[in-house]
Amino acid sequence: MGMFKPQISIQKLNVFYRERHVLKDITADIPEKRITAIIGPSGCGKTTLLKSLNRLTDLVEGVKVSGNVLVDGVNIFNNRIDVTDIRKKMGLIAQMPNPLPMSIYDNIAYGPRIHGVKDKKLLGQVVEHCLLAASLWDEVKDRLKEPASKLSVGQQQRLCLARALAVQPECLLCDEPTSALDPVSAQYIEKQLLDLKKDYTIVFVTHVLRQARRLADYVIFLYLGELIEQGPAEKVFTQPSNPRTKAYIEGMFG
Amino acid sequence: MNKRKLEEAFFKGLMLLSISIVVGSLLAVFAVVILKGLPALSLSMLTQTPRGGYYLGKEGGILNAIIGSLYLAGGATALAFLLSLPIALYINEYAGKSRFASFTRLSLDVSWGIPSIAYGAFAFIIMLYLGARASLLWGIITVTLLVLPIMTRAIDEVIKMFPFKLREASYALGSTRLETALKVVTRQALPGILTAVLLAFGRGIGDAASVLFTAGYTDSVPTSLFDPVATLPLAVFFQLGTPIPEVQQRAYASGVILLVLVLLLSIVSRLSTRKLMKYVIK
Repeated sequence: MGMFKPQISIQKLNVFYRERHVLKDITADIPEKRITAIIGPSGCGKTTLLKSLNRLTDLVEGVKVSGNVLVDGVNIFNNRIDVTDIRKKMGLIAQMPNPLPMSIYDNIAYGPRIHGVKDKKLLGQVVEHCLLAASLWDEVKDRLKEPASKLSVGQQQRLCLARALAVQPECLLCDEPTSALDPVSAQYIEKQLLDLKKDYTIVFVTHVLRQARRLADYVIFLYLGELIEQGPAEKVFTQPSNPRTKAYIEGMFG
Repeated sequence: MNKRKLEEAFFKGLMLLSISIVVGSLLAVFAVVILKGLPALSLSMLTQTPRGGYYLGKEGGILNAIIGSLYLAGGATALAFLLSLPIALYINEYAGKSRFASFTRLSLDVSWGIPSIAYGAFAFIIMLYLGARASLLWGIITVTLLVLPIMTRAIDEVIKMFPFKLREASYALGSTRLETALKVVTRQALPGILTAVLLAFGRGIGDAASVLFTAGYTDSVPTSLFDPVATLPLAVFFQLGTPIPEVQQRAYASGVILLVLVLLLSIVSRLSTRKLMKYVIK
């Protein structure tokens, strides 16, 4: 890893959906407080790898996982680990904004509430703080009681970012967080991710190489469920060591 | 005209015909009941219990049956809800696509098909065994059995539609299954749950056969769960069964009252559903 200090360490991770072998022996490190991009063509297992990091893969029927994922040295697949603790630590921003069926305020307050914050004043502060961090506060501060579904798609995605921040995660896992957004909203989210990396370890999936170049410090390239190459972004993008990485980056396939 | 256009016209006509039969018979039922019942409807029918000689055409009302029906259907709906929400949440959020879930659904579908008189007879046998008398409590228990499958499957169908992306959103924040089920799934499904509850209430308030042996019949308003209780469908039945024309007319008037009760309820539910829909994610 060189100059990077790893926070997440993936060791020989294999994921099967019933008979289908989606991730094959993945071993990779994800640096702390940096942005890591998982790139690769569609269907190569990018999203599965991302969702293995907070065990959301558990929700898929017929899933089988082997190998280890260490977060701060603790294996999250260990049976004695409380999965809700892992997920609290690893916030998720989904591809399509997915606000909960409640008000804007309650969307943010939901997470802190389930994790035991009862004090109304404190909740109010958390909501304001997180909406500010996601640059949404000014647009919604006068209509916090309105349904979250009334917001535009771009606003909804920032709401989801604010909601993820509200449970005080250490990492943010983003699954093509801008693919459903218009260019302006997409730029907004990108800018926020760059701001947030001083406090959070960010992992994001993208199939837009330009976006990976703009944001990533570290890159993991997957192809057909295998890890082909990983390393600092400059190196992977300028001097890839594997010919398949080179071909992908030069746009030979995708 | 070519064959495809003819086909299109024929099947469209068939669909519209079916719809007009349904709507037409609804209107016909309304018309008959209202036309025959409205002239006999009076304030005293709503505000008084039957006095001596009511069933011979003298004065009095069916307040006993109105209150009785509301108690009975209300109690049964509440009790059925307490049971059906946990069942529906379990088979969707906990049991997944397991055999246990499909077995539960199958049992509910079979119970849905059981005629209400069979529930009445079943409860009656148990009452005989326990030496219990017909009462509001037993009426409620019987009607609960009757409406439980209807309510549960209706709630189940709504919860089945719960979007995966919301489930993911909730779990990703570190929710437990229970928190997801109670705070997110139920919230999203609330309008549908309300519809299911009202469907069950409508079925419960309208059923005569299940309460025939189990709730008894009385001319007074029940004051405890152990009193026998009159119901509107049975009031219609008994009044229609007399040879006196005035009393038969009152049977239709009782029908009007039952209709209006159910109608009022569906209007209220429509309005509140619209309000609850506000937060639902499409």
